[in-house]
Amino acid sequence: MTAPALELADLRKNFGRTEIIRGVSLQIPAGERHAVIGPNGAGKSTLYNLISGRLEPTSGSIRLNGEDITGLRPYEINRRGLARSFQVTNIFPRLSVLENVRCALLWSMGYRYSFWRGIDGLADVRRRTEEILAQINLAERRDIQAGVLTYAEQRALEIGITIAGGAEIVLLDEPTAGMSRGETEHAVALIRKVSEGKTLVMIEHDMSVVFDLADRISVLVYGQLIASDTPARIKADPAVKQAYLGTLAA
Amino acid sequence: MSEVANETLRADAPVAAQGSVKRYGIWGATAVLFLALPHIFTSGTALTMMSVMGIMIVFALSYNMLLGQTGMLSFGHAVYYGLGGFLVVHAMNTVVQGRLPVPVALIPLVGGLAGLVFGFIFGSVSTRRGGTAFAMISLGLGELVASSALILRSFFGGEEGITTNRTKLLPLFGLNFGPQMQVYYLIAAWCLLSMIAMYAITRTPFGRMCNAVRDNPERAEFIGYSTQRVRFIAFCLSGVFAGIAGGLAAVNFEIVNSVSVAAGQSGIVLLMTYIGGVGNFAGPVLGAILITYLQVMLSDATEVWQLYFGLLFIGMIMFAPGGIAGLLMMHQPLWRARVLHRVIPPYLLALVPGLVTLAGVCLAIEMTFRLTVRASEGSAMFFLHVPLDARSPLPWLVAALLAGGGFWLFRRTWPIVANAWSAALAVARPVRPAT
Repeated sequence: MTAPALELADLRKNFGRTEIIRGVSLQIPAGERHAVIGPNGAGKSTLYNLISGRLEPTSGSIRLNGEDITGLRPYEINRRGLARSFQVTNIFPRLSVLENVRCALLWSMGYRYSFWRGIDGLADVRRRTEEILAQINLAERRDIQAGVLTYAEQRALEIGITIAGGAEIVLLDEPTAGMSRGETEHAVALIRKVSEGKTLVMIEHDMSVVFDLADRISVLVYGQLIASDTPARIKADPAVKQAYLGTLAA
Repeated sequence: MSEVANETLRADAPVAAQGSVKRYGIWGATAVLFLALPHIFTSGTALTMMSVMGIMIVFALSYNMLLGQTGMLSFGHAVYYGLGGFLVVHAMNTVVQGRLPVPVALIPLVGGLAGLVFGFIFGSVSTRRGGTAFAMISLGLGELVASSALILRSFFGGEEGITTNRTKLLPLFGLNFGPQMQVYYLIAAWCLLSMIAMYAITRTPFGRMCNAVRDNPERAEFIGYSTQRVRFIAFCLSGVFAGIAGGLAAVNFEIVNSVSVAAGQSGIVLLMTYIGGVGNFAGPVLGAILITYLQVMLSDATEVWQLYFGLLFIGMIMFAPGGIAGLLMMHQPLWRARVLHRVIPPYLLALVPGLVTLAGVCLAIEMTFRLTVRASEGSAMFFLHVPLDARSPLPWLVAALLAGGGFWLFRRTWPIVANAWSAALAVARPVRPAT
């Protein structure tokens, strides 16, 4: 039996005396589209920060394809095939759109810290950059400074940077936050396209997006998973309903 | 030069053959310019000054590999310049003593190597953190080396420094590098090579990641890059070129002393780079040329030239944070649309009262200096060849009038300049990019 793409075992994170993540265990098999939902402040982004190496867990372990990655640096985790996007757009604002995408795929294509090879002469890099630009619909905006793109375009670029390196496991943090209806539809189509054949984990508030995309949904409330199941069963789960509606009403 | 500048700012489309021809053309033109300069400016002063400019271009560009490209503010870059210089002086003396077959033309490589080694040693400590921590550590290391230079007399030669004689080394093709002209060409050759190498580095995967780390170090870690490693490599490479510059200085002056590793030298290179413009490859080149020129010319004209220097620096930071290159780049769309000539007359209109203001301020500064620091020499002085008495009220009244009235007029010209600017820009960019 192959190891799950991502496996969390009794993961905990304290900030001082406040417990934010209180024992999360979760297995996500390769190829699954998994959504993490939960009320504000449930610890969804903290969970992402733990998985991607931005924060170190207080206890518990994280395994990527069976390998323990707990406590590794973000770049070490990224090199093992996990990429993430950010809830607040996190791009290279003074670089052009093309440059943003190109930088994001250099490591995975083996160019690392090469300072002896001209970047423009790398045909494979150029081809891959073009592919990504076409996928995120920013080919025509390639020469624009990323910092002056519209919000929706920056969100698309955010996804482009995340997937450019060809990571097998992609974590998206609220990819459609703040988007209009039309933009959201566009983003969902994009996410569906780029996550094909990959393991996708996604934090999302928009329930229509969640039920549209996810194979399985985990519900995080106050740092604990209260359910992890198919969309249909999550919809029917009384505990989820109560926790969700309860906190919303509070 | 402005074309070189464009390259760094413009996002690259796939390289067209035309682009590379253009780029090689620029370096070819630079080479021709370097060859021709001593025949245009023939005086001894000019030759000496141009030699120093060549050295400073390399030094300032090496500094911008840190500041402009990677976003690392160093207060101790002279360490690698100065240590490169000291190692080269010692290498030259060793070569002379041992009668080794090493030509002086290759000696700056020793400086580059020294810069690399010390960059490696100090960089492994200082580049662990970016931002303020890096700046503080660079300051500390700078002070450390500068004070060591005064303590370790056998290596640094104390305040007198270490001297050498470049003509004692192996001649190359019958050149002994005695005459300044030959040294100028040696510096020019190294300068051109270093410029090309440093420019080429900006256009490699590593060079681009330097920019990425500068823009957003956090995100760089999530696309597979260790920001610490990027900073460290940038630091070592920057050390190489700073060391080459120091080595060229050693060959040029035939003496290196503790001043070359000290904070003052670190400050000068920061000034050059910033005033020239950090956001642009050509910026530090322009800065190195201008500041070297001012250092020579201003220090001849006034004793308080460093004060004017500081004022220039403050002025640039406040009003033109992009430096000279940034100002030039602003005009590029106008140049392309052939409407640049429309803004020239308003500029000249503003320049006249601007200069009048400046004259008033300078007069007040010079008279103050005369009455305080130089009080023992009496109050009679010259300002712009005009004899005056700093104690009488009339010159003070003139200074106030020039400064106040000039500024009042200068202020009037601002809207004129602004209007001309936006009118010209409207022609240059008739359609704003769609958003």
